[in-house]
Amino acid sequence: MASVTYKHVWKRFGEVIALRDLNIEIEDKEFLVLVGPSGCGKTTALRCLAGLEEVSEGEVLIGDMVVNDVAPKDRDIAMVFQSYALYPHMSVFDNMAFGLKLRKLPKADIKQRVEEAARILGIEKLLERKPRELSGGQRQRVAVGRAIVREPKVFLFDEPLSNLDAKLRVQMRTEISRLHHRLATTFIYVTHDQVEAMTMATRIAVLNYGVLQQLDTPQELYDRPANKFVAGFIGSPAMNFFNAKLERYNGSLAVVTDHFTLPVPEDRLATYAQYEGKDVIFGIRPEDIYNPQFTPPGITVAPVKIKVDVTEMMGNEIFVYWVYGKDEYVARVDPRTRYQIGEEVEVVFNMNNMQLFDLSVDAENPPAIR
Amino acid sequence: MAKHSRLVRIIGRAILYLILIVGAIIAMTPFFWMISTSFMSLGETINRAWIPQTPQWGNYAEAWKQANFGVYFKNSVIITTVSLLGLMINSILAGYAFASIKFPGKNIIFAILLATMMVPESVTVLPSLLLVRGSIIPLPGVDSRAFDACVGAGGQVLACQFQNFTFGASWLNTLQALTIPFMANAFSIFLLRQFFQQMPSELYDAARIDGAGHLRYLFQIVLPISKAPIMTVLLFGFIGSWNSFMWPLLVTTRDVKRPIMVGLWNFVTEAGPQTHLLMAGAVITLIPILIVYFITQKQFTEGIATTGLKG
Repeated sequence: MASVTYKHVWKRFGEVIALRDLNIEIEDKEFLVLVGPSGCGKTTALRCLAGLEEVSEGEVLIGDMVVNDVAPKDRDIAMVFQSYALYPHMSVFDNMAFGLKLRKLPKADIKQRVEEAARILGIEKLLERKPRELSGGQRQRVAVGRAIVREPKVFLFDEPLSNLDAKLRVQMRTEISRLHHRLATTFIYVTHDQVEAMTMATRIAVLNYGVLQQLDTPQELYDRPANKFVAGFIGSPAMNFFNAKLERYNGSLAVVTDHFTLPVPEDRLATYAQYEGKDVIFGIRPEDIYNPQFTPPGITVAPVKIKVDVTEMMGNEIFVYWVYGKDEYVARVDPRTRYQIGEEVEVVFNMNNMQLFDLSVDAENPPAIR
Repeated sequence: MAKHSRLVRIIGRAILYLILIVGAIIAMTPFFWMISTSFMSLGETINRAWIPQTPQWGNYAEAWKQANFGVYFKNSVIITTVSLLGLMINSILAGYAFASIKFPGKNIIFAILLATMMVPESVTVLPSLLLVRGSIIPLPGVDSRAFDACVGAGGQVLACQFQNFTFGASWLNTLQALTIPFMANAFSIFLLRQFFQQMPSELYDAARIDGAGHLRYLFQIVLPISKAPIMTVLLFGFIGSWNSFMWPLLVTTRDVKRPIMVGLWNFVTEAGPQTHLLMAGAVITLIPILIVYFITQKQFTEGIATTGLKG
């Protein structure tokens, strides 16, 4: 059990910069998920912590100890790989015991630890089998078991579920969460799947182009994204963005786009007042758009006219797509909604959950206005 | 229409089999002739018979005795074992280094190594000979020229003072000359490097976290799952070393050091070749190759189990 700290960590591969001044403090027993699109540096960050890559600049700490120059085996970590990386010629038992044998643990201890881990993961009956005789889910468990037997201070997971089918992924997700509670150890988990991140993490670090975008709890990331990138990355389908201007309207403020004008709710007026007349990005999540017939009480709604392009029935909800110019937008509405393709309808936006991003600071990835 | 296409298919198949049968006969004939001749009498070989009237089983014993095959066979076994041991160690280590370890000039060195595959043996044989004679660079060892002076005309060792270890030795008539040149070759290194390169890097990462360094990873993880290429290198190395003829002939002057392939030459006398004994000798030399081939063949078919990686 230990905390983990990245202090001003840079990692360069020749000309390419994989990590730019990464600063993260991960508390003991925390389940931190590093998330971001491919090439964002999340796996590099994990490998730097494991000692599989050297950092170019900065410090990585496990507990109070700087581990920059410590060999992977001496860092007291265990890692679960995307491809499982099981030794193909060894039995499940030997796969799990290999690291312990190298650490010269007594045979009885090794046996006890492997059997205990196998029991936790429900793979006691597979110990004599070779990896090729196991299913994907079983291999995954063996890979986790190999990590458990080391009794490490920190568990590292590098996209461990991405080779599993959808159903098994959901099952393993809950198993890993359960394991985290049971072992009460620091877990650091890399994934590109924001659903995995949201469901498992105590905190999430969102990375893009090697830069930490936001480090927060799943709920905060969802409710109060730091910038447009985070807002678009967290949530599925992604948040809708409109180029807009904040203008004075009936003695109040309104978000004005080419297609609609929406009054800003009263509780946001003070925050947005200084942006009057400025270009902003207006963001609204698909789940904050309603069919007016099925609008829940107590929200500030604003009507918008759309022409239905496509509808997708999901059973518990309907995705309604529409187009403004070249841009496509989506709403998640009540399943009782009956919109026809091509039909012009009115939907309402829940303005209490609107987001505005300040284009004057950064046109590429504007920060949220708070 | 269906009948027509079926007929075409049958004819096509028949032609294919015919070509294959002819090819097989062409390939098998020399082999058949060798075995057949090894059971003939001298007269039958001179008359160019195809099948012996009464198989001369004694040819084998005679060949073994007459050509002093026991010594040659022993020499060949020693030379091949030592060569293969060196070949395996060098090829595995070099192949692994080229595949998995970063070092300056790696690609250039590998390109040069590959280039040596294009150079025919006959071009390098003279420089190699000068090298093992100690004419180019000084070689460590007990000078075999001094040893030659101690051997009588009949091959008996005379009572004489051997020279001590020196750095100006000739390796002619030594085990070094017969083995060291076979202890590394570009093909083996290339073959192993290609295979090792396919190993997923995560396997090494996992081993590192488990506490393994390069050597342990190589010997405990990589080699056990690389049986097929290792058997291939072993088989080619064995055949190359066992069958080598020109090189041992050049670097040895005394029968006590010569391998079996050179020994076969004893049946070619001034009175003409004793073909029946030569072929009996050839069959004897072939047996170890066949045994090794069948052992490694089994390993080939076992295939490579890399299923611990991904689903």
